[in-house]
Amino acid sequence: MMKKELKVIGKSTKKLDGKARVSGQAVYGHDIELPNMLHGSILRTKYPCAEIISIDTSKAEVFEGVECVITANDIDVNNISYKRDHPILKKGTVNCNRDEIAAVAARNKEIADKAIQLIEVKYKVKDGIYDPFEALKDDAPRVNEFGKGAEKFGNKNIAESFHYEHGDLEGQKAKSKVIIKKSYELPRVTHACMATSNITADFNQLDGRLTLWSSTQVPFLYQRDIAHALKMAPSLIRVIQPIIGGGFGSKLDMHPFEPICALLSIKSGKPVQILFSREEEFILSPTRQPMVIELTTGADENGKFTFREVEIIKDNGAYTSWGATTPFVMMQTYSSLYQVPACKFDSHAIYTNNPFAGSFRGYGNPQATFSIETNIDLMAEELGMDKGEIRLINANYKGEITGQGLIYKTCGAIPALETVIRKSGFDQIVNEPKTGRYLRGIGLGSMLHVGGGAKIYRSDGCGTILKLDDYGYLTIVTGSNEIGQGSETVLAMIAIEELGIPMDKIKVINTDTDVKPWDVGVHASRTSFVAGNSLLGAIKLLKEKLNSKASELLDIETENWDYMDGKMYFGEFEINLDKVAREIHFGPPHELCTVSYFYEPPSSFQDKEYKGDVSGNYAFASQAIEVEVDTVTGNINVLSVHVSQDVGRVLNPIGLQGQMEGGVATGAGYALTEEMIYEKGMLKNPSFHGYKLLTTTDMPPVHFYPIETYDEAGPYGSKGAGEAPLIPTAAAIANAVSNALGVRFYSLPITAEKVLKALSEKKNELKLERVYFKMSVET
Amino acid sequence: MKIAFKINGKSITKEVRPSLLLIDLIRDVLKLKGTKPGCLEGECGACTVIIDGYAINSCLYLAINVNGKEITTIEGLSGTKSPLHKTQEKMIEHGGVQCGFCTSGMIMTTKAFSDKCIAEGITPTRDEVKKSLEGNLCRCTGYVKIIDAAEAVYEN
Repeated sequence: MMKKELKVIGKSTKKLDGKARVSGQAVYGHDIELPNMLHGSILRTKYPCAEIISIDTSKAEVFEGVECVITANDIDVNNISYKRDHPILKKGTVNCNRDEIAAVAARNKEIADKAIQLIEVKYKVKDGIYDPFEALKDDAPRVNEFGKGAEKFGNKNIAESFHYEHGDLEGQKAKSKVIIKKSYELPRVTHACMATSNITADFNQLDGRLTLWSSTQVPFLYQRDIAHALKMAPSLIRVIQPIIGGGFGSKLDMHPFEPICALLSIKSGKPVQILFSREEEFILSPTRQPMVIELTTGADENGKFTFREVEIIKDNGAYTSWGATTPFVMMQTYSSLYQVPACKFDSHAIYTNNPFAGSFRGYGNPQATFSIETNIDLMAEELGMDKGEIRLINANYKGEITGQGLIYKTCGAIPALETVIRKSGFDQIVNEPKTGRYLRGIGLGSMLHVGGGAKIYRSDGCGTILKLDDYGYLTIVTGSNEIGQGSETVLAMIAIEELGIPMDKIKVINTDTDVKPWDVGVHASRTSFVAGNSLLGAIKLLKEKLNSKASELLDIETENWDYMDGKMYFGEFEINLDKVAREIHFGPPHELCTVSYFYEPPSSFQDKEYKGDVSGNYAFASQAIEVEVDTVTGNINVLSVHVSQDVGRVLNPIGLQGQMEGGVATGAGYALTEEMIYEKGMLKNPSFHGYKLLTTTDMPPVHFYPIETYDEAGPYGSKGAGEAPLIPTAAAIANAVSNALGVRFYSLPITAEKVLKALSEKKNELKLERVYFKMSVET
Repeated sequence: MKIAFKINGKSITKEVRPSLLLIDLIRDVLKLKGTKPGCLEGECGACTVIIDGYAINSCLYLAINVNGKEITTIEGLSGTKSPLHKTQEKMIEHGGVQCGFCTSGMIMTTKAFSDKCIAEGITPTRDEVKKSLEGNLCRCTGYVKIIDAAEAVYEN
């Protein structure tokens, strides 16, 4: 695809609704107040694993200001979650510290919270099982009574399994000069959205319709899920998204508090709102999958990769969310990030009495990438090869069809690697002598992620409706959602580019399922790609109408009109866009300037062996990260981050750079500071004091070098970009720390405590070596 | 208890419970929803407002303590007639806003710090600007653009 000269695309454009967001005018879920609105509160289990002997709500029911109380016995609902293994309110047993037992709606939040405390629950406490390896043992109790592991996967506590393979594994093992086998342990981390979870539900008893103000990332799937949970017709449910204070994947699943809020509204006949406190948010929002990855990789004497063999045990927690499907993404990374002739991948998500994990920006990929990139460094060290070189000779390239069937019509993997190696001064820093208290190191990490949606659900499409009014203002009604990532600004830019309508005459409507056309949701870095293509399709239809009317009005024969500054131009002819719209409306054919279009990406479903070209295109990126480690305190300071990413084409530079910096920050937190500390199923650090996000003073400069490969599937050649910058960050930081210290870390986060422990072990080993050396000399 | 205070330039007298938090006075009583509840434990800075020139977490401050004082919330920086304040303009210009939930707090912290620096005739270093924002958490942006915006306030 050739680079087309563009007027707006590629130029930094301010956020479309920036003024509302900097002035306090933007209305988030927390800001909604409806007439007669009640406040809901949820009683959760005291123990992560117990039998419920009895629930007595009588005191709460008569508490002044309480309007209704519900327990599992009061409701007729279906189980929720990806595997439908999750009861909305629990009876019989509780399986993790999040479990909902009862809910109250009251005049205000204070009363609701007090009433919850008046509900008496008698438990028979059980030991519980908190280690997935323990849960796999024959004598382990069955954690989830709805799990189908025994029938489907040969073990009652397996929630989900994936097996993938390509190539001749044994043959490739035989060809290997070096084989590295390592075990990696990844922590449980959380999204920590700045706005806590929230929902406002309003059930109208007259017409049986339910309106939900919800922060979901996937409103149409959510509508279906709520409908299934409540046994309602989906079309009776209207989902309105207020401004969303952070998503990052946390709002891909529908969680129990959402149908609970709806049930409180149904029972009380009034609107009900539930807002999480920060502590609840830590305990209750889904997490990234903790897992143990056993990775064996090989390379021949030239450093060419031969095979990968992967065994993953994931802690699924008590119920199964979309997060159990992260192996879809992980297996791509193992099979197709680099050229690998043979790959075997097995992953099992195991039920435990820990909280259930969900989806999180990167979707399994940060974990996979950490293991691969560490193994690559180890192979390079064993072979005496340069760490940049070994990656470059194995990197993927344009035209490759990978073992898994991904088709790389464009591929910026090699330029991205070369760029970060050069710009970071990698060769010099990696080889410099490491002496003194402060040791500097540098590390590399590369990644592959879907760039053109992911065909997992039955449709990966997005609809657009356009309305050009009598005054030349354009309304874009898009199925896609804005969760802060800046997609609606990109859509407005596309409309400016194509129709020459200025920004202040463009409105984007994207918050109401009663109005907007279908879209599968914000995930898989897909929104600019899918919604952008959908908008371009709609604009083409709109232009056909405008072109033919303009030609008719000026009595010329052409379909080649240019659009600029609210006008249409052809040679010396020009006409105002609004005039053409009015003529279509008020003159024959008496139509409105309204069109609709649905875009379905040209990707394909994977077959039963998980093979197939699942995305419209693929994003590639590399990061080189420089760190300095204080060998006295163990503190790691990230000095600079160099990011190069194949984004296809840059649409909005300032927005894209923001995605890079934000992704790197979360990736660096994953590498260094963030960890949810659980003891026997209970969270010990549910606050920002105990769970460390990076702050302004921790944040290194992020140097970003976009690679433009102009992929014809994407709008103007672009690829999805949002998740990628988080994915290789932890891997690159871990490699950098290892370069600085000469010690490897196989678990995250790499805390100061771990650094000091590793340094002291290294010291002891050196001492021992010296002793042995002395002994061998003496004998 | 009866308290009298000024908020966004307007004098107000209110009867409040002694336990009422300032954030609840601002959001629930006065219905100024631009001040955001991020953690209610003084860690995230989303609820930052300015009292007599100082940026404070309104979730850790009792409403009764504003008696006789002057509060500025995010709504006080721009109105129907006045355009956006420079800190707000810069935040948009430098791309410091993604989801926006931390933005009010970031802007109020920046406003208090820059007012103080400008009054003292100081242009702070980038590290000093970073330090001033250390008590404000953001999960979207990685802070770089917020720091850029806060630094740009000192440009002429």
